[in-house]
Amino acid sequence: MTVKRKDRVFNIVLTVFIAIAALAFILPTVLTIANSFMTSNEIAANYGTMFGNMNGSEHTFISEDVNLKFIPDKVTIDQYKSVLIKNSDYLMKFWNSVLLTVPITLIQLAIAVVTSYGFSRYPGKVKSIIFFAYIILMLMPYQVTLVPNYLVADKFGMLETSEHLIFKGAAKPLNVFCMMWARRAVILPSIFSPFSIFLLTKVMRRVPVSYVEAAKLDGAGELQIMTKIYLPMCKSALVSIGMLVFIDYWNMVEQPLILMKNTTMHPLSVFLSQINTGDVGLAFAVGVVYMVPTILMFLYGEDYLVEGITYAGGIKG
Amino acid sequence: MKKNRNQCGKRKERWFSNACLIPSLVGVLIFFVIPFGIVIYYSMINNPIVKEYVGMDNYKNLMENEAFKRASKNTATFTIIAVPLATFLSLGLAVLLERKIPGKSFFRTLFLSPLMVPTASVVLVWQVLFHKHGTVNQIMEMFGGDSIDWLKAPQGQLVIILMFLWKNLGYNMILYMSALCSIPKDIIEVAELEGAGSVYQFFHIKLRYLSPTILFVFILSLINSFKIFREVYLLTGSYPYGKLYMLQHFMNNTFQNLDYQKLSAAAVLFSLIMIVVIAVLLIAENIFGKDVEN
Repeated sequence: MTVKRKDRVFNIVLTVFIAIAALAFILPTVLTIANSFMTSNEIAANYGTMFGNMNGSEHTFISEDVNLKFIPDKVTIDQYKSVLIKNSDYLMKFWNSVLLTVPITLIQLAIAVVTSYGFSRYPGKVKSIIFFAYIILMLMPYQVTLVPNYLVADKFGMLETSEHLIFKGAAKPLNVFCMMWARRAVILPSIFSPFSIFLLTKVMRRVPVSYVEAAKLDGAGELQIMTKIYLPMCKSALVSIGMLVFIDYWNMVEQPLILMKNTTMHPLSVFLSQINTGDVGLAFAVGVVYMVPTILMFLYGEDYLVEGITYAGGIKG
Repeated sequence: MKKNRNQCGKRKERWFSNACLIPSLVGVLIFFVIPFGIVIYYSMINNPIVKEYVGMDNYKNLMENEAFKRASKNTATFTIIAVPLATFLSLGLAVLLERKIPGKSFFRTLFLSPLMVPTASVVLVWQVLFHKHGTVNQIMEMFGGDSIDWLKAPQGQLVIILMFLWKNLGYNMILYMSALCSIPKDIIEVAELEGAGSVYQFFHIKLRYLSPTILFVFILSLINSFKIFREVYLLTGSYPYGKLYMLQHFMNNTFQNLDYQKLSAAAVLFSLIMIVVIAVLLIAENIFGKDVEN
């Protein structure tokens, strides 16, 4: 009896502790959303002193309190109106983000499926050495890989591009490909990033040999084994890796800044990172708008995220 | 005769799986390996125009560079503290969440929420929290403490570590939770029948099964620890307070100043360190991971 009661007390304490910790985790998100519904006057009153004298990277602070507020004095959607309706700039930049992130995520995943299959089927000495090289590459921070990327982009003349929309009439939607092509300086190196290959290979190595043998007895070729056995078994892993990759590139700042001279093609994340004086009020609304795709993705894929990489232990897998 | 054909077929299959590596290999060669060779070359010449071979001179200069020394020290300190914290705090959270408590999946979502928020807009919130007259200082003053200008004081490293943990604990926790789920139930049941307490169970059974995941989380945290620079940069700019000056600041600034020799030498040095780190991790995996892998 006493043990049970002790257990129950422990559970209550634990729940309270976890609830507090979880609240601390959600706090910045809630703040961003709450602030996006404030009037620009209220934001100026709360944080004006903080961003008032901000030029470039140098912050000068005036000695006045900065207030953190959860509940707006007056709820307004003015910020959203200016972001979504009055000024088309933000939506254009949002579209720029989509044009970068979607192809990067999809093509990186496609390459990862093929490559991971190559790594996990008939493993050998050479393959494991190559895989080790990929791991090292994966651990390099942007600041190291950006130098090689910059050199290549410079060599191939990808740094300064503009969008030549060559499709006319009914074929106009195909211009999306032209837009992506104009962004190749960022897209091309990113699709070869070894991160998703690393994760997926570890998952694919767990595909039971017996399944493959059975399929082979039924006369399946290698291509069929890849698409009919490996691919379905990795579905949730693929979704969760895709989410991670998407989030990563959705927030990218360094790559476009360095690899794209044409600032009209910069994604919204770059703009968000350069907010100064007048835009602070808008920043929260823009931030919330920018959050929408990731939130939707979470609603759809959170369970995949949880079960996705269950077997991904260790380095070699 | 039959055997021969079989082998022939097998070779064809092998060929297919090898060919699968080609697209990725070509891309990696063009965009990373070959240009990295050029980076190594750059690190050994005096400047891109004269192209005179100077051997290790650039490395020597780099080692004597005060900014580089400070940046490496700060980055190493941050990584050594933050990565193990991220690895083991999340394990603790996962173990706690394994117990039957109400609203478990709701809490799980809350812990994952930092993944959803755009980096740049959450930086605004951090600025408000850790501003000289911001929320954290207000709370500290309420309890009679002294206010600190967080981002311009030695304590600034604490802020970065907090930011890092906030962003990464949730996902790491998820990885542990799914690993905990995949531990065979019968082993736990047998242990329970034999009267093993939950502490004993954790250290003698679960930890063994978790060791590959721990290593994996460690690597992910290492990767993510390099990404935190973006937040630091957005918070403090190119030339932050001394303790916050990271290796990435150094590289960024040398890149902006077009000092390719220094930058290349730093990049090569960094890669060498990473190779050593990974080698150590691989050895660790061979020691701890073998007995549970099937």
